[in-house]
Amino acid sequence: MAILKLTLRFNKRGILVKGSVPIMSKVTLTIDGQKVQVDADKTILEAAQEIGIKIPTLCYHPDLSLHGSCRVCVVENLANNRLLASCVTPVMEGMEISTLSARARRARRRNVELLLANHPNDCLGCDRNGSCELQEITHEMSIRREDVERFAGETRDLPVDETGPSLKRDPNKCILCGRCVRVCEEIQGVSALQFSSRGFDSIVTTAFDLPQSEVNCANCGQCAAVCPVGAITEVSEIDRVWRVIEDPEKYVVVQTAPSIQATIGEEFGFEPGTVVTGKLVAALKKLGFDKVFSTEFSADLTIMEEGNEFIKRIKGHKNLPHITSCCPGWIKFAEHNYPDLLNHLSTAKSPQQMFSAITKTYYAEKAGIDPANIYTVAVMPCTAKKFEKEREEHRDSGYQDTDAVLTTRELARMIKEVGLDFANLEDEHYDEIMGSLTGAATIFGTTGGVTEAALRTVKEVLTGEPLERLELGYMGIKEAEVEIGDRKYNIAVVSGLANAAKLLDEVRAGSSKYDWIEVMACPHGCVGGGGQPLPATKEKKDKRAMGLASIDKSNTIRKSHENLDIIRLYEEFLGEPLSGESHHLLHTTYRKRDKN
Amino acid sequence: MIVYPEGVFYCHVEADDVAEIVEEHLLKGRIVERLLFKEPLTEETIPSYQDIDFYKKQHRIVLSNCGRINPESIQEYIAAGGYEAAGKALTEMTPEEVIAEVKNAGLRGRGGAGFPTGLKWELTRKTESDKKYLVCNADEGDPGAFMDRSLLEGDPHRIIEGMIIAAYAIGADEGYIYIRAEYPLAIERLELAIEQAQNLGLLGKDILGSGFDFDLHIKKGAGAFVCGEETALMASIEGKRGMPRPKPPFPSVSGLWGKPTNINNVETFANVPYIINYGAEAFNSIGTEKSKGTKVFALTGKINNTGLVEVPMGITLREIIYDIGGGMNQGKKFKAVQTGGPSGGCIPAELLDLKIDYESLQEVGAMMGSGGMVVMDDSTCMVDVARFFLSFTQSESCGKCTPCREGTKRMLEILNRICSGEGREGDLELLEELANHIKETSLCQLGGSAPNPVLSTLLYFRDEYEAHIKDKRCPANVCEGMGAVYVIDENKCVGCGMCARVCPIEAISGKPKEPYRINEDLCISCGACAAKCPVGAISQG
Repeated sequence: MAILKLTLRFNKRGILVKGSVPIMSKVTLTIDGQKVQVDADKTILEAAQEIGIKIPTLCYHPDLSLHGSCRVCVVENLANNRLLASCVTPVMEGMEISTLSARARRARRRNVELLLANHPNDCLGCDRNGSCELQEITHEMSIRREDVERFAGETRDLPVDETGPSLKRDPNKCILCGRCVRVCEEIQGVSALQFSSRGFDSIVTTAFDLPQSEVNCANCGQCAAVCPVGAITEVSEIDRVWRVIEDPEKYVVVQTAPSIQATIGEEFGFEPGTVVTGKLVAALKKLGFDKVFSTEFSADLTIMEEGNEFIKRIKGHKNLPHITSCCPGWIKFAEHNYPDLLNHLSTAKSPQQMFSAITKTYYAEKAGIDPANIYTVAVMPCTAKKFEKEREEHRDSGYQDTDAVLTTRELARMIKEVGLDFANLEDEHYDEIMGSLTGAATIFGTTGGVTEAALRTVKEVLTGEPLERLELGYMGIKEAEVEIGDRKYNIAVVSGLANAAKLLDEVRAGSSKYDWIEVMACPHGCVGGGGQPLPATKEKKDKRAMGLASIDKSNTIRKSHENLDIIRLYEEFLGEPLSGESHHLLHTTYRKRDKN
Repeated sequence: MIVYPEGVFYCHVEADDVAEIVEEHLLKGRIVERLLFKEPLTEETIPSYQDIDFYKKQHRIVLSNCGRINPESIQEYIAAGGYEAAGKALTEMTPEEVIAEVKNAGLRGRGGAGFPTGLKWELTRKTESDKKYLVCNADEGDPGAFMDRSLLEGDPHRIIEGMIIAAYAIGADEGYIYIRAEYPLAIERLELAIEQAQNLGLLGKDILGSGFDFDLHIKKGAGAFVCGEETALMASIEGKRGMPRPKPPFPSVSGLWGKPTNINNVETFANVPYIINYGAEAFNSIGTEKSKGTKVFALTGKINNTGLVEVPMGITLREIIYDIGGGMNQGKKFKAVQTGGPSGGCIPAELLDLKIDYESLQEVGAMMGSGGMVVMDDSTCMVDVARFFLSFTQSESCGKCTPCREGTKRMLEILNRICSGEGREGDLELLEELANHIKETSLCQLGGSAPNPVLSTLLYFRDEYEAHIKDKRCPANVCEGMGAVYVIDENKCVGCGMCARVCPIEAISGKPKEPYRINEDLCISCGACAAKCPVGAISQG
């Protein structure tokens, strides 16, 4: 009854995928003596991967357009003795590719050496020490210091940009692979970063070389997520969190976003998508946090507020389509690019901000702690959350609601620093009164989850009937028609800001057919967030999302309005959804914005 | 200035001379002797331009109208036979016949790479698409080159006519001329020419009643050298940063805005009307086996006659330099000729009898390029020349791919230290290694050819490099600050004064029988004094 239609519109390269796949002609070639037959539109690199031959890459990223700039994937075609960049060269009949020839091996190595000759090579002090792709390739190729010193000369010496609220850029570490440029343009439609200057002076920078604080960046951190080296990293808040943990005066409360439980395991050797909730809680307690809560609690709260807000809008035929507001990267993008449509955004704060506001009011009162001494830390998959917490609107508790935001990667670093054996930690449970959660909240961590969670509540509130599963999938733009009572609602779920812009342009033009649009800035939603473990590819994100879905399925309470802690919060403190107190603590405003 | 019909050639004509020319020559038919051209070697005056060696050995096809017709008048172009070829192609020939004619003519791309033009057209023709584009590459970027500029300024309609024929052949209805903004006069004349052609129905809808539509736009480039590379050029037309992308896909399959696109150079298009008018045989009877027709060169450097020359393929370098160019300036000794612009190579004296075509130049480590030709005498330091060209390509690299961005910088650093006397053992091997690596692994032909000047000078003038490194000496006395200056040991000096006599810059002074002194500020470290000193009193300090 619920789903009448489900359409997948286009794939990552903008090609319509639905329908029959055209018959592709085949090409036969040999790679390292092995015969392989592949589709004619494949590259040499893809053909090699099909038969398990590994070719090193740096500028190549499976989710982005082909660039062919680093020349680290060079192979030799023995049929004509030419060296070819395997990531961009299409297969051709009769090619005799050698990845092992002396020429190919030397050429690949030489290009890595040239990159290193213009790189700080101060791995010990780098955030990406241990997760750096250049470091790994250097290691795999056994490149020694003297190999690089042969080419010693001028090196890039530019100031590090630490002015941004979320992201730090160190142009001296940049190897100009252009992944950040491509993700920002192709996936996010922001184009905050571009190539500038020429020759050896070439850099990746912002328009007019403005500091990060002055640009229209959404702070989504996808650039940091695809950067192979330490040129773009999150602004780290680890030190400040350690300081408050060590401060006996401070009562440090930590919340963990829904997606973290399915992603942080990767930092400790677990397969992507492995759910490690109990170990995550245990680790946080061992690190010294006073209380460990889950953001899923406030995700349920978000559903209560936003769901009721949607119902109100439907009844009043006002500000439709209703557009979700839980993703700070998306909010920032809208403020820069669609200031005329801000009235369509839900006024409900994001779960992180609701959580902190409630912590410093309701929880402080319940626990009898002076809110001035409470320090709220959020563990997030996201770099935009770092910016969000600094918004001046978010001081409704009388204090800055959220004090610090750690990405998944930063938390993992803290756990590693103290030497916890994460994999073997005894599972523990979230703390009481703001720790219970529902399956609805869990799936906030993936694209489509907010919508499904909200509609479960909306439909039951309006009709008393449960919603059937939507399971919208994870990529691009998806749409569905949902029947609630006697009316059909057109729903769209979109991730990736470039995709969002397409739907928003329709809204602006007055041609949008939707009643509800969910937007997540990052492809796949929070499981693909800019603060998640590296490296991340589409395949990994799929597994993470499946991990979250499995929690939802196994949860006995799957609807936000059945969360007992939430019911109590309304009874004891807020009154009802959209009440005066709710509005004060849980809703916010937006404004047109020109810079970060 | 040339007076027709007799073709009397006056040079160095000033405004004040005009009255005399009009009165004497035009009215009374008397040649103004004092303004006639004098052969530099024989001092003989030559009245008619056809008899001057500079013109005698040239074969002008593309330049045939330049300087003869008013480039701002379409009527003059038409009077000189213009647009006849377009009319013939559009009304009497099928696109396939046009392509066959150009293929038979053997025309190859004049932008430098020499890809067969007819084949390129055929590939674009055969790609099925609702839309195709034709692009003229007028992004002439080589330092000192002005072939395309002269053509566009002197005969813009010839390019437009060539483009109309090409567009018809490949099936394009829209074209772009990508021209650098530093060519304002060329742009002005092109704009005017396009407007005139549109007004006469030679551009636009249903050209000459053939049913064929074609119109042209001008796109001004900001002057980046790399935008002469076709994929970077297309990116620039699309409004993006001029950066090359990997090929395939080739423009004939996916070019401007993803549509099949054919790109040719200005001079290539300028050859097309001739081929259609006179037929493939007329064209392919000129030139060598694989390179047909003529080529325009911008002849510059240490020779007597400089300027644009259009010569048949297969002419020797010696003929260009000594017959057309009038030999070396001030009777100096020829050392090398650089062809192909900053990505070309330096050819030494022993190869002066090389017959010029695409293949022969490539075989000796140079290239045709767009037609730059710089003649150097023995006052030129070949290491310094290589450094000059590499510093150009290095700073004009788009910075996209590793070998070109990082590698050319390292090569330049090595050349800089060699030229400042800090060259090290192993530098030449390192240069060669980097040069070959950059050539083999760069993304586009800017990087693929940037090391050519270094490789060719290393091949033919390796001793000069070695003198810089081992003896800390620049044989041509060009490189300043080579190593340490020379000093005279006062205790050994016998005051013979031989050092002062051989010093090329008079940096040594003194009185006979007393110790001589070298002025450190003037010394160029050439070592001539040390070599001459009979008692070994001079050494590098």
